[in-house]
Amino acid sequence: MWQGFQIRPDQASTIAQGVDYLYYFLTAIDLFFTAVIFLTIFYFALRYRRRSEQEQPQQIEGSLPLEIAWTLIPLGLVVIVFLWGTSLFIRNSRPPAASTEIFVVGKQWMWKIQHPEGVEEINELHVPVNRPIKLTMTSEDVIHDFAVPAFRVKKDVVPGMYTTEWFQATKTGRFHMFCDQYCGTNHSLMKGEVIVMEPTEYEQWLSGGIRGETMAQAGAKLYDQLACITCHGTGKGPPLVGVYGKPVKLSDGSTVIADDAYLRESVLYPSAKIVQGYGPIMPTFKGQVTEEQLLQLIAYIKSLSPQEGKASK
Amino acid sequence: MATAAVDLDTRVHYLNAGYGIKSWLLTTDHKRIAILYMASITFFFLVGGIAAVLIRIHLIEPNGAIFEPGTYNKLFSMHGIFMVFFFMIPSIPAVLGNFLVPMMIGARDLAFPKLNLLSWYIFMVGGCLALYAVIWGGVDTGWTFYTPLSTTYANTNVLSAALGVFVSGFSSILTGLNFVVTIHKMRAPGMTWFRMPLFLWAMYATSIIQILGTPVVAITLVLVALERLFHVGVFDPAVGGDPILFQHLFWFYSHPAVYIMILPSMGVVSELVTCFSKKRIFGYSFIAFSSVAIAVISFLVWGHHMFVSGQSIYAGIVFSALSFLVAIPSAIKVFNWTATLYKGSVSYQAPMLYALGFIGLFTMGGLTGLFLATLATDTHLHDTYFVVGHFHYIMVGGAVMGYLGGIHFWWPKITGRLYPDGWARLAAAIIFIGFNLTFFPQYMVGYLGMPRRYAIYPPEFQVLNVMSSAGASILAVGYAIPLVYLIWSMRYGPVAGPNPWGAKGLEWETPSPPPTENFEEIPVVREEAYAYGE
Amino acid sequence: MADSHAGSALAHQFEDLEQQHDAADLGMWIFLATEVMFFGGLFAGYTIYRNLYEPGFAAGSHMLNVTIGAINTAVLICSSLTMALAVRAAQIGKRSSLLTCLILTIMLGLAFILIKLTLEWRHDYLEGFVPGLNFTFAGPNAKSVELFFCFYFTMTGVHALHMVVGVGVLGVLLAQAWKGRFGPERYNAVETAGLYWHFVDIVWIFLFPLLYLIGGRY
Repeated sequence: MWQGFQIRPDQASTIAQGVDYLYYFLTAIDLFFTAVIFLTIFYFALRYRRRSEQEQPQQIEGSLPLEIAWTLIPLGLVVIVFLWGTSLFIRNSRPPAASTEIFVVGKQWMWKIQHPEGVEEINELHVPVNRPIKLTMTSEDVIHDFAVPAFRVKKDVVPGMYTTEWFQATKTGRFHMFCDQYCGTNHSLMKGEVIVMEPTEYEQWLSGGIRGETMAQAGAKLYDQLACITCHGTGKGPPLVGVYGKPVKLSDGSTVIADDAYLRESVLYPSAKIVQGYGPIMPTFKGQVTEEQLLQLIAYIKSLSPQEGKASK
Repeated sequence: MATAAVDLDTRVHYLNAGYGIKSWLLTTDHKRIAILYMASITFFFLVGGIAAVLIRIHLIEPNGAIFEPGTYNKLFSMHGIFMVFFFMIPSIPAVLGNFLVPMMIGARDLAFPKLNLLSWYIFMVGGCLALYAVIWGGVDTGWTFYTPLSTTYANTNVLSAALGVFVSGFSSILTGLNFVVTIHKMRAPGMTWFRMPLFLWAMYATSIIQILGTPVVAITLVLVALERLFHVGVFDPAVGGDPILFQHLFWFYSHPAVYIMILPSMGVVSELVTCFSKKRIFGYSFIAFSSVAIAVISFLVWGHHMFVSGQSIYAGIVFSALSFLVAIPSAIKVFNWTATLYKGSVSYQAPMLYALGFIGLFTMGGLTGLFLATLATDTHLHDTYFVVGHFHYIMVGGAVMGYLGGIHFWWPKITGRLYPDGWARLAAAIIFIGFNLTFFPQYMVGYLGMPRRYAIYPPEFQVLNVMSSAGASILAVGYAIPLVYLIWSMRYGPVAGPNPWGAKGLEWETPSPPPTENFEEIPVVREEAYAYGE
Repeated sequence: MADSHAGSALAHQFEDLEQQHDAADLGMWIFLATEVMFFGGLFAGYTIYRNLYEPGFAAGSHMLNVTIGAINTAVLICSSLTMALAVRAAQIGKRSSLLTCLILTIMLGLAFILIKLTLEWRHDYLEGFVPGLNFTFAGPNAKSVELFFCFYFTMTGVHALHMVVGVGVLGVLLAQAWKGRFGPERYNAVETAGLYWHFVDIVWIFLFPLLYLIGGRY
């Protein structure tokens, strides 16, 4: 029960220390002003305690200089904190370009994790140390949240859309991962671990994992099974080679980027966005593909783009 | 009921102006309605409080001491729903506000007395619906009803709980409406806006929020109910809806709602600090304007509950900036209250102890709000026990202490009796200590990463949880004591005169308890508020 | 102000009739502000989804009958006129005009509700457009058409509920006017009911184009 007194979790990611410094600063401000107020109240209450019922204290209306001072000083402080926190947040929200992508699907009450190489995990996430990892996440049912306190990261996992978060672990070891958005009966059981390993160990773990095929290969199989090629390979539907990450012109004149969310929407709600020059003839595959299969299809389509194809690490 | 001094027996006042249950259940006297509310919210506080006791006992063990997770989830949902909607939101407005607004303003009653009674009945209907939800199996969505959990996946009494909240919202709206009209139109001659006691400014600002915010959560709950009943896709993405839209609509009310919970307490503190230092308030107009500023800005910050929800970074940045802004008027108030003590004649009866405790605890708890307004730290702290600590510091260390201070202060006016101040001071001290022991560890365990709404937690968090639960047992004792002596005092307390505290304010110029019509003659106001020393 | 107890027209908490009148007025305006926020939530949701699902919402809108909607709009505008006349009649104490105008307003209000029920909603039900009850439309964008109709029925339903309450209130006022209760010293109730009625009318003025006229059919 007693494991030594901690005031903060492990600092196990590149951003953890930065967040902690800001936290210490805020704690200092909080304790300082609380102490100032409490001590001032204590002092005034003692010094000016009522000594007789007849005493008439001096009636003071106020003081404009004081009001200005104690408006501007807090204002200055919060501006500092705002700027510091926002810049940290913006940096912490942008995954580095060469991040390894891992895919997370949450459902009541477990986490299903897919590595692009094909290894699947339940409630555990193995990652290499000192490499940026980008998680693309969705939920099959209600809103969940993927939180790793040791990395100071957290993001809601929302049904119907993809959310992303990234981290770069700086220490090996096992770290708590929690579901941090109340999701029903077994919300508190929906936790797991992030296991950070040395790169070579990680490679070994990957190759030893249960895998038959990479995500892209699984996606290719699905592409066959669902007969996507009957349109997308014959000109009836837009070609998919090289489409990932590129702008797409739509029939209403607008342009969108073909990212994960666009591809997911096109499979489930094809009539939402029609590519210019094509008819609204694509049937929906809603109910025929799971969230994990969607991620595999997207991985396959990604692999059809020349530079994306080999960058699965 | 007849043992007290002659005066209380022979004089006709609002308590003995009619006997029998009909005279209470059909009253339109704002003072009796305030008492009806006081009884009801005390009952609902006990309901929410029992849930809290069970929660804290359960959390002594990492694997949960008593309940299955499903039952635990129902307990924290019940705790949140009853405490927020059936205790905190009505507490000061419906009890102290109803009693005092007409008296402080020099009027005979509120603008719409029958509407006032109706609002109590609506409140009771809402409360009964929520009780039904809890007794017939419970509800386990949390008081926040997030979708699609509440619309599609929860199989507990979501509809009746949501209906209970929906109905009680109209009570809140009608109370706010009554106060705004009364303050605008029924001030006594000579009572200009800037001669009003600050409690009235606080009630006015609160009422604005009640009027404009509550309807939005009402319609949101209607949509949740429709989705649950008819499976249309308003918020469930499986049928084309957007779960984040629910969060926007919900928090658009529920953030201003927290200011409904704190502004009235701040108003009480202004009254207490002046009376017990025998001084006018320091910076009257700054406090008055701060109340209104808080009410206005409160409508602009709801997105700080959604920083990690998947909303855009830019939305987050805007909401973060505005959230910092809303802290400034509160800081201004804290400094002004503290300055009021300077060169005053300070006495330490129980109401003052509650007021001073409020100022300190609100400062600490309010500043922890900055941690949550800061984007980078909120990412780590969102939905952890840090948030739980933050809002309990404000709501319990702040608002509830303000409520208790107000109840003690105006108790002689309401009942005509004095309560035993020695016991009251002891209770205040026990509450202060128990409160800090309960909730300070929650900041710490939250930063360590313990999520909220967890029935089962990793063992390394146990020490802090046990500390918190121990503190809760002390806090419970602290709350029980006033219940005993206040009820005792209604029959055995010494008779209070019109103004036992020597306070300024029109309410203190009437007998205790006041006559039904409040004033024989409508007073004419010739002096500033808090004209001590004149 | 010395006529503080002019008959029983003055409630005990007020000093004079003017204060009582002002309070009733302000009270109703504030209540209408809450109604704006109430409908506002629905309008906000509708606007957001209309932008997300333009084709489905346009398709749903095309399935509504613009002519009937327009007739209903005219009915409501006329009822606002008769209501305003009723208020005027109460203010100057003309009992017969007051009764006539109240009756006309009630009839127009009932006409609105009846047209909605029998010509629009019944038709929607027969066509299978009612989400949750019998929604059977299966064309393109079926899910967003269903969402459109969800909003359509909620918004027009909540509006119709407000109309029914309004008609009820007017009925009570009619009974009181019959007994000669209203005059230059006591007409607050009619005036505040008038405010409420006009507001319900204005909500419809917004609902009609949003629900019926979008989708570029013109």
